[in-house]
Amino acid sequence: MKELEKKHTLASRWFHWINFPLLTLMIISGTLIYWAYPIYRIGLGHFTLVKLNLPQPIWQKLHANSRLAMGMAWHFFFMWLFAINGVAYVLYTLISGEWRELTPDRHAFREAIQVTLHDLHLREEKPPQSGRYNAAQRIAYTAIVVMGVGSLISGLAIYKPVQFAWLAALMGGYTGARFVHFWLTVGYLVFFVVHVGQVVKTGWNNFRSMIIGYELVEREKPVVTDGGQGEGELI
Amino acid sequence: MSDDSFIPDETSRTANPDELESIEVVPGPAEPEPAGDSDVEQRLRSLSRRGFIVTAAATAAGVAGWKWLMHQPLEDGVQRPFRRVLKLNEKLSEGYFRGQRLNPTYALSAAAPVPRVNGHIGLDQNADHSNWRLRLEGTASGTPVELTLDDIRKLPRRDLVTEFRCIEGWTMIVHWTGARLSDLVERFPPATRSGRRPDLENHPDDLVRYVAMETPGRQYYVGLDMESALHPQTLLTYAINDRPLSWDHGAPVRLTIPVKYGVKNIKRIATIRYTDVRPPDFWARQGYDWYAGH
Repeated sequence: MKELEKKHTLASRWFHWINFPLLTLMIISGTLIYWAYPIYRIGLGHFTLVKLNLPQPIWQKLHANSRLAMGMAWHFFFMWLFAINGVAYVLYTLISGEWRELTPDRHAFREAIQVTLHDLHLREEKPPQSGRYNAAQRIAYTAIVVMGVGSLISGLAIYKPVQFAWLAALMGGYTGARFVHFWLTVGYLVFFVVHVGQVVKTGWNNFRSMIIGYELVEREKPVVTDGGQGEGELI
Repeated sequence: MSDDSFIPDETSRTANPDELESIEVVPGPAEPEPAGDSDVEQRLRSLSRRGFIVTAAATAAGVAGWKWLMHQPLEDGVQRPFRRVLKLNEKLSEGYFRGQRLNPTYALSAAAPVPRVNGHIGLDQNADHSNWRLRLEGTASGTPVELTLDDIRKLPRRDLVTEFRCIEGWTMIVHWTGARLSDLVERFPPATRSGRRPDLENHPDDLVRYVAMETPGRQYYVGLDMESALHPQTLLTYAINDRPLSWDHGAPVRLTIPVKYGVKNIKRIATIRYTDVRPPDFWARQGYDWYAGH
């Protein structure tokens, strides 16, 4: 028989969906800033696989060389909303206890590899999962928060490299902080691709639960409840 | 059965932290009999409807907010809400600023042999600097002062090897030589806000709050807050790598101010003016942050 199961709290859904456009705006405005001095590349030593810049015609079309002021104005506006939402989310997970569902334990890395192999159809058996998220998810959802903290810290070091010279020094100075800040952003894009891929693969029921909070589940027999405190056995 | 007993209100659910630790099961305690599939599906439809209506409303609000932002009148090249937040950031930055915090310095060997030139506004390759004078306005005495290059050179000489940061994102370690602007300010102090004698040591906050600097003919101009102007690493620079400034680096005297982006490091200074009115700034009028401070 079918049942509705609570998957995501109202608070975490709001934090998630508020973060999405804010992080998008931070990445867009950050890219406008980056275009004023687009130096990074993927490569090793003298070998460059790809320069992280736009082809000239697209560059011209987007007026990439004249959007620095706009990018900075946006970046230093939305940074507040992005930071406030992020800090509020972390506080919420700590106070609510939800962090227990989201953080990996010491077995997580081994299990995450098993989960990944299973997802790639290289391993038949599904690894054990305790709680709402599997080990790979726990690592991903914790890493993205740590990356967010990294972006705030490296961003502050770039923003005020004299007042926070000690912070910049931790990352190898101003240029080091800029490097960290940039590659964390690339990390978000990689996360986004994998995350959306997984959501598409998992299907509508799961995606819908991120909006309405509940997932439709099939059970073999009615679940005996004990005043709402008990756990339902999942098939 | 009533809706309320079937699924409690959202807010009361999330308000109870204990619930997060258990997987909630519907039907809840108030409904011992399990709901039929069609009831569950009906409930799901109603939840979905509400969820997607809220999502659509939130998205519409976000888009409307963005459109509102983009259609605000411009203030110095950027929509007013952005300008307001830049000014708020400036207030916070000024509050946190301490003159003792220094830009990291390096060994002489780290300095770039040929520092990059970026920006020629207000410069003139054919200018004759022999009759150059630095005009200082807004002093406590009330009369403008005119200084020669020798006057600047007579102030204590400072060497500074430090990172120059362009607002575009590139950096360069440069060996600058010059006089501290604060040494000049001490010699020719600015007017005060109270009208009393200027006292840089004990009452720097009584000084007028800003310093304006201009190239000849005011083709390029910057505004600085007094605290940044008095920073010990803020120099009136007359040499790079021990050689007098070339015309494109701002001969005969330029500003080195490591607590600001490069745009504030004005070249070929003709006029310095102490003022209590926030001075206009060449790039800040084109959408950039006025403070641009580090």
